[in-house]
Amino acid sequence: MPRLINLHPRRSSALALSALPFILLALAYLFGSHLRLAENPDDKLLPALGDLYDTIKQYAFDEDLRSGAVLLWLDTFASLKRIGIALGISAVTALVVGLAIGIVPLLRATFGTFITVISMIPPLAVLPILFIVMGLDELSKVTLIIIGITPVMIRDLAQRCAELPAEQLIKAQTLGANSWQLVVRVVLPQLLPRLLGSLRLQLCSAWLFLISAEAIASTEGLGYRIFLVRRYLAMDVILPYVVWITLLAFAMDWLLRLISRRAFPWAETEKR
Amino acid sequence: MAAVTVKRLWKEYGAQVVLENLNLTIADHEFVTIVGASGCGKTTFLRMLLGIEQPTRGELLIDGQPVSPEPNQDRGVVFQRYSLFPHLSVLNNLLLGLELQGAPLSSKLLGKLFGAKRRAAIDKAHELLNAIGLYTARNKYPSQLSGGMQQRLSIAQSVICEPKILLLDEPFGALDPGITADMHELILNLWRSRRMTIFMITHDVQESFKLGTRLLVFDKLRHDPQSPEAYGASVTYDIPLKHGHPHGDNGPAPSRKLA
Repeated sequence: MPRLINLHPRRSSALALSALPFILLALAYLFGSHLRLAENPDDKLLPALGDLYDTIKQYAFDEDLRSGAVLLWLDTFASLKRIGIALGISAVTALVVGLAIGIVPLLRATFGTFITVISMIPPLAVLPILFIVMGLDELSKVTLIIIGITPVMIRDLAQRCAELPAEQLIKAQTLGANSWQLVVRVVLPQLLPRLLGSLRLQLCSAWLFLISAEAIASTEGLGYRIFLVRRYLAMDVILPYVVWITLLAFAMDWLLRLISRRAFPWAETEKR
Repeated sequence: MAAVTVKRLWKEYGAQVVLENLNLTIADHEFVTIVGASGCGKTTFLRMLLGIEQPTRGELLIDGQPVSPEPNQDRGVVFQRYSLFPHLSVLNNLLLGLELQGAPLSSKLLGKLFGAKRRAAIDKAHELLNAIGLYTARNKYPSQLSGGMQQRLSIAQSVICEPKILLLDEPFGALDPGITADMHELILNLWRSRRMTIFMITHDVQESFKLGTRLLVFDKLRHDPQSPEAYGASVTYDIPLKHGHPHGDNGPAPSRKLA
């Protein structure tokens, strides 16, 4: 009998194994739902599959009676737009500032500590300030996400920059590189896959800040909807929305990983 | 042309003396091999030649001029590891120096060459790739190469820029003994075909005799057991070597003519 740490599943059984926890969770839900509904048919906590199906159909395919919009897509579009803009701005800012701080000692000495302190501010604590200064519309929500994830990403990228072997930078200088050429040919290309990695790690925080901002002040969005129907204990809406948000986040993570693999094959071979 | 003159050179880190009173005159196109125990300032000496460390006192002159205080294209370098760019293919690693030093605006702004200039650079790179036996691997990334191939590429990467001085810090220290003979032939051929002065640090005394036209041994002249940092190292042996001379008769014969 080989040691446990040397037992590797085959490809097919690995797939089945990874599906197992999901199946168990679904079964546990069905079981719990059945028990609760058997005791009290009006129970709202764990709705039956049929009810979930009806609600999903109503939200995803039927037009809302009041607004004439299909709510799930309205919410999804609003949320994705906010998080997309915020991630884009954060990525560009983090790349530029992180690279500058990481590679230019004078800038590191000036802004290094500042960025570290800024990144310690709990973003939700400044949300009221954002609402007061920027109003309750889109700008403050996007800004909250940016404030939430950019300082951490800057620190991460500056750190990655500093981790580049000194030998590489010296070698580039002996090949005639000035500071700018060093940045565009040596540092920036090596930082890009790390930027994608950093974004993937920050996706979770970004969604957290998005939903928080939407919960407090919004008229559409995935987070807004969840907190709206919470008043009616509408678990048949909340649960599908949570699953849908999770799927979106997972898809974004998967997409970023795919881009990273395709665009930076050298980064994959380097790890081996 | 690159003659190196060292006059009363001292290097200290606070109270610790690393090098003391170093005096040397190295002629153009010498192949200087440097040996010595660890911590005897060999690498410090190389780093001063490179311009990333400055002498505490004394003079370090290349062709009569003080060494520029930061690395530039006059002095190429090959470290034991990490001197290749992992995100560039073999060909692009080799092209990098030509692209950075190119005259066009694209070179200044993007560090790249385009069109006819790029094709000319690629031709030059292909020639050198053939000479170092890496032509078939030209589209691979450095991480896909063996240690010996990586060092060959790193040497070629510096040599393609035609530096006056080539600095080698234990370039073959991490390689299998079987490969080093090939590497010796490669470096000797490149040294013969191009007018550059080479400084090479090595731990292998045999290697230093085989390759060098001049062997420097770094060691401490004086030693204070109570305060081992009080005295620095200097050149204790300075041995001119006959073989390996540019036109020497008993050096290893080149088996193929290199670019």
